[in-house]
Amino acid sequence: MNSANAKLPPGSHESWVPLLELATREVFELMLGCHLAVAAPESEPSLNITSMVGLAGQLCGVLSVRCDGKSAVLMASKMLGIEPDKVGDEMSDALGEICNMVAGNFKNKISGMGDGCMLSPPTVITGTDYSTHSLADSPGLELRLLFENLPIIISLQIHS
Amino acid sequence: MSIRALIVDDSSVMRKIVERSLRQAGIDIAQVFEAGNGAEALTVVTENKVDLILCDINMPVMDGLEFVKQLSGVENAKNVPVVMITTEGSESHVVQALSCGARGYIRKPFTPEQVKEHVIPVLAGKS
Repeated sequence: MNSANAKLPPGSHESWVPLLELATREVFELMLGCHLAVAAPESEPSLNITSMVGLAGQLCGVLSVRCDGKSAVLMASKMLGIEPDKVGDEMSDALGEICNMVAGNFKNKISGMGDGCMLSPPTVITGTDYSTHSLADSPGLELRLLFENLPIIISLQIHS
Repeated sequence: MSIRALIVDDSSVMRKIVERSLRQAGIDIAQVFEAGNGAEALTVVTENKVDLILCDINMPVMDGLEFVKQLSGVENAKNVPVVMITTEGSESHVVQALSCGARGYIRKPFTPEQVKEHVIPVLAGKS
C-alpha cells in the first residue's frame, strides 16, 4: 500500500497518519468497494464540498473530508448501488456518513480512544467561500488521496 | 423463513445500505420498516410485528442503547433480537450494548459478509 501524501508540520501527531489513512481506506473499500490512490503532493484542487465531524473527550478536534461535487455524487452512487444520475438529496447524507465512519474507525484504532472520544453528528458544507478558524493547539494532519481519480482531502485538526 | 426487519439509523443512506447488506447476505426479507431514532423505532415495534432489529447507537432524540433498554418493556416485541450497527467500536460499548439486551454487534464500516456472520446466528437463536 502506498502512503498518502501527508502534510506534517513539526510536533504533529505523526504516528497517527498511518492510522488515519488506514481508517479512510477501510471505509472506502468496505462501504464503496473502491481503492484509494495517492494524490500528487503538489496538487491544490478546488474542492467545494466539506463534511465535518467533531471529536470531544480525550481527543478533541474536527475531522473533515473534502471533495468536489462530482466525487460526492459518485461516493453516494457507490454507497447506494445506484447510477450517479439518480443521486439526489442523499449526497449530503452519504458524505456525512463517510466522514462519520472515517472518524469512528480512526478513533477506534487509537488505544484507549474508542471509549474516551465522542463524535458529533456530521455537518456538510457546500461552497468554497468560507474560512475556518480552529482553536486547535497543535498542527493538524492532512491526507491527499484520489477516489476514482478525483482528489479528496482528509484533515484532522487536533486540540490536545 | 421470510422475516420482517426494522432498521434504525438517523441516516437514510445507512438504512438503505443495511437493507441491501441483509439481502446480499441471503436473508429472505418480507418487509422492511425504517426508523430515524429509538423513539420512532418504539412506535414501529408497538404497531407492527417485527422479527429482527438492526440499530445504530448514536442517534438524536433517543439513542440505540436507550431504545434496547425500553424495548424490554414492549410486550409484543421484548424478545425480538437486536443487532447493533455502529461506529462506536470499543469493547466497553460492545459490553454495554449486550448488557442492555442486544444480541449482536457490528462495527461500521462493514461488509455484507459481516452482516451475515452476525445476523444469521441471531435469527437462528444461537446468540
